[in-house]
Amino acid sequence: MRPVILFFIATLILPLLTSCGYNTIQQNDEAVIAAWGDVEAAYQRRADLIPNLVEVVKGSAAHEKETLTAVTEARAQVGKMQLGSEVLNNPQAMSQFQAAQGGLSSALSRLMVVVERYPDLKANQNFRDLQHQLEGTENRINVARVRFNDAVKIFNTSIRTFPNNLTNRFLTQLPRREPFKAEAGAEKAPAVKF
Amino acid sequence: MLTRKRSMLASITRLRGRITILCLALLGVMCTLLTPLPTLGLEVPPPAGYINDLADMISPHTETRLLRVLQSLELSDSTQIAILTINSLEGEVLEELSIKALNTWGVGQKDKDNGVLVLVAKKERKIRIEVGYGLEGVLTDLLAGRIIDTIITPLFTKGRFDEGFEAGIGAIVKATRGEYKADGRRMRNRSHRQEPPPLFNYLFFGIAIIAFLGRGSKKRGMLTGAIILPLVFFLGMSSPLSLWILLLLMPAGAMGGLIFPLLFGSMLMGRRGGFYTGGSYGGGGSFGGGFGGFGGGGFGGGGASGGW
Repeated sequence: MRPVILFFIATLILPLLTSCGYNTIQQNDEAVIAAWGDVEAAYQRRADLIPNLVEVVKGSAAHEKETLTAVTEARAQVGKMQLGSEVLNNPQAMSQFQAAQGGLSSALSRLMVVVERYPDLKANQNFRDLQHQLEGTENRINVARVRFNDAVKIFNTSIRTFPNNLTNRFLTQLPRREPFKAEAGAEKAPAVKF
Repeated sequence: MLTRKRSMLASITRLRGRITILCLALLGVMCTLLTPLPTLGLEVPPPAGYINDLADMISPHTETRLLRVLQSLELSDSTQIAILTINSLEGEVLEELSIKALNTWGVGQKDKDNGVLVLVAKKERKIRIEVGYGLEGVLTDLLAGRIIDTIITPLFTKGRFDEGFEAGIGAIVKATRGEYKADGRRMRNRSHRQEPPPLFNYLFFGIAIIAFLGRGSKKRGMLTGAIILPLVFFLGMSSPLSLWILLLLMPAGAMGGLIFPLLFGSMLMGRRGGFYTGGSYGGGGSFGGGFGGFGGGGFGGGGASGGW
């Protein structure tokens, strides 16, 4: 009789565990990490494009040394960033990451403004291809950031609502995640016109 | 004097209580009435087919020809290409609108992400080719940009929209052809298949528990059934049931507690195994007329934009 009662109690308690939000919190946490991976991949893609872009611009607009150096330096800053999902748990690293990427964005947009003055460069097929790639990458970064913020919102909501907040306090103990903030001007995609 | 004062005080407190209740009731009404405001901006309509020519840029004749091309592409490759033309962006950003449309449409197969959307805004003279994850390798941003720059734009500038669409779609088809193979199964059934609801899983375990516990005594079986059945429905239904339905389920569960052990008791003992074969949940409603709905492919912002 006793094992039967124990079994009975266990079957009653087990479903309660699933409704306390433990699994939901874990799933949402994984979603945030996955979305962060996409954000990093999109930024990485942009960083990989920059050497080519600098080369092509150098060919036709060698006078713009200052602007080009700024882009290369910003690119180097980005290259030094610590990557991986640990960044998510470290608000300082997160803001550093955002600052470095923002610096690269503004350097790039300055370059794109400068380039407007060189008609032969704008007619260059190589440059136009790079423009398309850069444009596509900026767009990917935007999409990845929006999706990351959505995932963060869902995660943050799931650790703050009842009864998940209790589960999080006593079991999972995950911190709130910071979404991307729009930075004034710095995060604007370079205006690529053709 | 004193009694009058006291009665006045009492009436004031009573009034205050009433006002509080009234305020709370008002708040409750407001909370239920204030449904989330509709989002501003363009609403993306549900897809009518591969071609959604809202701006009326494609002639009927060309539309049939394009449809044939797009249909045969999906049949052989499972790749889906959708066309959406709109009159005006109404202040929205082209790239954001195209992602918004794709989030609801889901062009391409779910497991292959092989969808392409060609979005044209007539008034702003803007074109975007949005490429799904699975096709970014063959239809790169660069190639999509070249298709816009060298094929579509020159024709659109001259006002030859029909030719522009046909040449552009032709180039996209050429780029994507051969990347995927259709599975042979009809896509439309697969894309509408539903996940088995969790209720059935819970029900299965619930019945197993009732049958197991109810084998020895009828009393225990009834008790188990009366508890387990409402619990199963409570956990398994996606929308919460009201307390009254759950209470009504209790006698039903008690009845089940009498019957299930008799029905399944012998199976649980292992004399005859496997009464749960797992029914198939196939075939939702399928559209007629060649368009089976989009498959739910994923997009990450790949592609290119341009204008004429």
